[in-house]
This record gives sequence, C-alpha cells and structure tokens, in this order.
Amino acid sequence: MTAAADLLTVTDLRKTFDVSPPWVTRVATGQGRQVLRAVDGVSFAIPQGGTLSVVGESGCGKTTVARCVAGLTPPSGGEIRFRGAVVDAGQGGVPSWRKDIQMIFQDPYGSLNPRWRVGRIVGDPIVGLGLGHSRAEVKERVAALLSDVGLSPADADKFPHEFSGGQRQRIAVARALASAPSLVVCDEPTSALDVSVQAQILNLMRDLQDEHGLTYLFISHNLAVVDFVSDRVAVMYLGRIVEIADRDAIFDRPAHPYTRILIRSAPDLVEIGARRAPMQGEVPNPIAPPSGCTFHPRCPLATERCRTEAPALRPFEAGQVACHRPGEAL
Amino acid sequence: MTATAARLESDDPAHEAAPLLEARGLTVSLTREGRGVDLVRGVSFTVMPGEILGLVGESGAGKSMMGTAVTGLLDRPLAITAGEILYRGRRIDNLPPSELRALRGRHIATIFQDPLTALNPVFSVERQLVETIEAHTPLRGPAARDEAVALLARVGIPAPEKRLASYPHEFSGGMRQRVVIALALAGRPELIIADEPTTALDVSVQGQIIELLRDLCAERGMAVILVTHDMGVIATLAHRVAVAYAGRIVEIGPVAEVVRHPRHPYTRGLMAAIPAIGTRLKRLTQIPGAMPRPDAVPPGCAFAPRCPLAEPRCSQGLPPDWVEGNHRAACWRAGEGSDTR
Ligand SMILES: Nc1ncnc2c1ncn2[C@@H]1O[C@H](COP(=O)(O)OP(=O)(O)OP(=O)(O)O)[C@@H](O)[C@H]1O
Ligand SMILES: Nc1ncnc2c1ncn2[C@@H]1O[C@H](COP(=O)(O)OP(=O)(O)O)[C@@H](O)[C@H]1O
Ligand code: SF4
Ligand SMILES: [Mg+2]
Ligand SMILES: [Mg+2]
Repeated sequence: MTAAADLLTVTDLRKTFDVSPPWVTRVATGQGRQVLRAVDGVSFAIPQGGTLSVVGESGCGKTTVARCVAGLTPPSGGEIRFRGAVVDAGQGGVPSWRKDIQMIFQDPYGSLNPRWRVGRIVGDPIVGLGLGHSRAEVKERVAALLSDVGLSPADADKFPHEFSGGQRQRIAVARALASAPSLVVCDEPTSALDVSVQAQILNLMRDLQDEHGLTYLFISHNLAVVDFVSDRVAVMYLGRIVEIADRDAIFDRPAHPYTRILIRSAPDLVEIGARRAPMQGEVPNPIAPPSGCTFHPRCPLATERCRTEAPALRPFEAGQVACHRPGEAL
Repeated sequence: MTATAARLESDDPAHEAAPLLEARGLTVSLTREGRGVDLVRGVSFTVMPGEILGLVGESGAGKSMMGTAVTGLLDRPLAITAGEILYRGRRIDNLPPSELRALRGRHIATIFQDPLTALNPVFSVERQLVETIEAHTPLRGPAARDEAVALLARVGIPAPEKRLASYPHEFSGGMRQRVVIALALAGRPELIIADEPTTALDVSVQGQIIELLRDLCAERGMAVILVTHDMGVIATLAHRVAVAYAGRIVEIGPVAEVVRHPRHPYTRGLMAAIPAIGTRLKRLTQIPGAMPRPDAVPPGCAFAPRCPLAEPRCSQGLPPDWVEGNHRAACWRAGEGSDTR
C-alpha cells in the first residue's frame, strides 16, 4: 500500500472510548467496563494532491478518523505518518506537521469564534504558528486568503454572524488554508449547507486543490458528493473499512453488499417516483457489535460463516473488500 | 404506481376533483415592535386527496412557515396576515382555537424532523398512542390499545405488543420516527404535514421511512405535504412539487415535469447544482450569491439579482405566471424552453 509518493499513510488505526457507566452503577449492577471501538483497525494512504473520501452512516467512525489524522485526538493504536514522520497528538511544542495538516468542520456556525472579527479568525493560525513576521504581513496574507475563497479583503473587519452559512464555510476554508497546509481534513464540510451553496464550496475546494496542489481527506455521508470530489473512496461500517477502491470502481462496480445497497438506495433525480428496496434494519449498537461480519444482520447474502467469522479486508478486483461473498448478486 | 398517483400525474387535478386543501394568497408575517416582515408572501397552492405535494427550497425560503400556517400552529409574533386556507372548501385560517384543535391531529396531523420533540419522554408509547386514539376516534380502552398495537405493527415496529410499554428513549432514531408516524396516523388523518421527516436519519433508514410513507398514503388515501430541502427525496416520493424561494412559490408542477423540464431559472439552477452519482463532472453548476433575508427581499422577482436571464423588467414588478397544464412558473422568461436533465 505504502508508496513513496504517499503524503499520508494510516496503518491499523484504532481508537477506543471508555463508555462505562459510573463506578457506582457498575458495582450495583455487576457490569464490567464498556469499551466502544469507534475505529477498529483502519488503514489507507493518500498520495500528494489526491482526495480520499471516507463515507458511511452516522456513528461509523468517520469523524474519529478525521480527528486522529488532524492530530486532534490521540489514537489508541496504529500509526499515522505524514511525509514519513509520525503524527502524534500528544507531542509537545509545535511539531512540524502542525502547520501542514488543517481541518474544516461540518458546522460553519460552531467552528468560528463569534466574538472575533474575520481577520483575527483567519489570521490566528498565521500568528499562532509564527508564520507572519509583522502585523502588516499577516494582514496582507489574510486579504489574499479571503480573495482566494471568494470573499472580499474588507470582510476581515466583520463578525461571523454577518455572513450566510456558505460564506461562513468560506471563512473556515480560508482559516484552514492560512498556514499553507498540504493536507486538509474536511469533515462533512457541506452537510449543513444548501445544495446551491454546497456547489460553490465544492467548486472552490476543487479550484484550491488545482492551484495549491492540496491533498484532501474528505469525510461525508453523501454518496453523490463523494463521487464528485474523490479519487479514492473508503466505505466504513462500525469502525472498519469494508471496501476501499478508486472512485470509479466503487460507484460503477461496488463489491461489498453494504456499498451496493447504499448506492442503490440513494434517492436520485433520474428514476422519478421509483420504489427502491431499502436496506434492512439499522446500524447496530457499537458497544456490542454483531459477531463475525458486523454487517451480517442486515446483509441479504449472509451465511453461517458470516455470523461467526469476521472477513478480513482482502484484494478483490480493483480494490479491497471485507466480505465472504464479494461481488455476488444481491 | 397507485391509481391515485396515476390519476394525479396524468390529469390536471384542479379539474378532477375538489382539492382537500387550498391556500390562496397566504401571507405569514413576523411582527415585532410594530414592524412587520413578511416571511411567506402571497402563496397559493392546492393539495388533492391522496396526493403527496413536495415543498422544496433553500434554508429560510419559508417552507416550514407554509406548513405550520396550514396546521394553525403559528404563534405570536408570527401570524397569517393575508390570504386564506380552505380545508374541503371551508376556511380554517380563522377558526376559533377549539375548532382548530379538533381539526388538528384528527384531520390534519404533523410529523417533524426530530422525533424526540414529537414524543413526550416521560410517558410510555402506549400512553401517548392510546391518548391520541381516544382523543380522535370513538375507540376506548382495550379497543384503543388494540388499535395502538395495530398501528405500531403497521409502521414496522417488531414485536409491537412488547414495545407498547417502552419509552421513547428506548427506541433507535429510525424506530422513534416510526412511532411518530404511528402517532400521526392515530386520528386517521386525511392530510399529514411532514417537515423534514427523514433529514435526521441515516440514508438506509431514510429509504425505509420513504417507502413506509408511500405505502401508507396509497393504502389510506392520505395526502401529504412533504417539506424538505432534499430534491432526491421529493423525486422519489412526491407527485407534485412546489419550489419555494424567499417566501414565494416560484414554480409548481408534476415532479417529473419540474425535475426534467424546470422553467424557473432558480429551479434550473437548483437542479443543476445537485451532484449525482455517476456524472463525473469537472465542476458543479453554481448559483452565484445567496437567497435574500426576509427583511431585504428585492422588489420584483426576488431571484433577479442572482438570475442569469434577468432583464430590467424583472426587478420592476412581479413576473406573471407562466402556465402549461398544471405546471406553473413565476418568471417572465419561463416560456423560452428548458434544460433537459
Ligand atoms: N419563530 C420565528 N421568528 C422569526 N423569524 C422566523 C421564525 N421562524 C422562521 N423565521 C424566519 O422565516 C423565514 C422562513 O423560515 P422557515 O423556517 O419557514 O424556512 P424553511 O424554508 O423551512 O428553512 P429550513 O430549510 O432551514 O427549515 C426565515 O427567514 C426564518 O429566519
Ligand atoms: N468522545 C467520545 N466518547 C465516547 N464515544 C464517542 C466519542 N466520540 C465518538 N464516539 C463514538 O464513536 C463512534 C464513532 O463516532 P464518529 O467518529 O463521530 O462517527 P461518524 O463521524 O462516522 O458519525 C460512535 O459510536 C460515537 O458515538
Ligand atoms: S461477509 Fe457475509 S454478511 Fe458480511 S457482507 Fe459479506 S456476505 Fe454479507
Ligand atoms: Mg461525524
Ligand atoms: Mg424548515
């Protein structure tokens, strides 16, 4: 997997959360500690200038992967390497990767400090990482960044509440680009936006990638958006990657039953009024995941083997699939 | 496709039968400190019996206000300030509160985005369902309880007898939305206002709820006003769609017509901006700018400042309706052909 040209490599990433009830309750009920495996052995690589998307339903671990890669959450296991060097959230000082990896969040309202003017919001990483040498230089850089994202340099004097949702997400993009990062981790960057505004932001992200050679780790639950932005796609289910392949292979020849049903059940504008066979059941409780293949209770292909033996992620056709019956007709 | 749906799509329902619900020149305003701002500005539409009417548009376009006005749930400082709403030909916008309450839940029920707000967390599902059934039907006691079990079974709750005693928090998000739907069905309504009923759900569960609503409407001849910002959901489920922009309906018609041959430049922009699996575009079509806030809606066609086809007359007065069958668009240039998707 690991090629020399990969900017980011993630190997066997694990993150567990202790979700035990309080000690008193545990003693009273005789329950043990409860551990939630939010990310359970995830590996992928992104080449310089590429876009890898992670797609899946809520709670499957997308945000946790994003936060680990951005160095915001320390992993419980595995390794994240950026340009070959280990990314470690616990590292002291300002490690070299800090300015190189930035993150854009889903909520364009919550992610900007409402009491700061836009100029300070965007300039903060420049000052914080010691990248600007004078106030004038920072100001100039902020003006250039605002122009880059389609805002006006004069917007630096305004407050976030004076902007629409789409404009706020532009501010968040400008802030993320302030330290001239190579990797931008985008967690559902357009999920809170209307489609017309989403189109503006997705086009902007593509332009910035072309101009600055950015690399994206893109998180989304929207398959159509993922098809638009990605070179490569990883499909997650209950903390694991169940299928990973190039974009065209994932959408044109999906092999995992989960991927296939997800694609099939996404509402589109082509088959108007069409009844679609929906996916069975709901995402199981991640604290007590099903045995074997964790997708087996919802899978139309499940057999006895699926109930007992967890399928490993193995090469299949153009990608990798974790399924005992990859590519079989549903 | 159901018989009702087929009829709705083939003919102009306005000439078919009497509408179940009709809004005429509906205006909803917010009045604060003596100053009024119109959030919904003179909207007219009909809903036929058994019909699913989609209401789509950007955040803040006024979709929820239109739906809430129909249910009579607007509270000060919000109020209907002009126009009227007719239910089976009878005005309901000026009903006294007691009559309105009788109408609500019984004839017109609501489903909201967040199932938790519709359910009372401290009462069991049984208590909430039985209360609603007893309030709106002649069923009492054991008969009401049997009806509650039947409703839970109908909306796809496994082991309904057992789940009756459960509390809302004991259900998953998808199951909770099913309970809310059961509650809405309790009075055997003829019209359901569903405001973003699947927006908070996972894609897989969204598909299940869409199919459930489709079956229930066909089975019970129930009409739905489906409020959502998701055109995909509308294209899958609705018979007709109304596109809202800055407090007005700018286009309304059969879903296939509006999606494949949109006439209003805003609808065209909206359709083109939606990414689709498999299209592999280099760029998405984007609409420049943003929708105006209700207190700063420009004169004339509110879309004119963002419209690629705008002419001077667009900003002067309201454009007349372009009409073809039951497809309507409020644009001077709607007649000039359309994009085909
Ligand atoms: N309680 C309220 N008080 C004041 N203004 C309101 C209130 N509710 C809604 N508005 C305003 O009315 C306009 C229409 O709101 P509405 O909730 O109907 O929009 P919507 O189309 O349903 O949007 P969304 O997709 O975000 O739900 C918006 O500008 C909104 O800010
Ligand atoms: N800080 C936390 N403490 C406990 N559980 C968490 C925490 N963060 C996430 N989780 C759990 O980890 C799983 C994955 O969460 P997340 O990465 O946010 O998923 P996604 O972004 O795909 O919706 C979920 O079951 C979630 O509830
Ligand atoms: S391993 Fe079995 S249960 Fe799991 S996805 Fe494949 S066929 Fe379905
Ligand atoms: Mg998330
Ligand atoms: Mg709304």
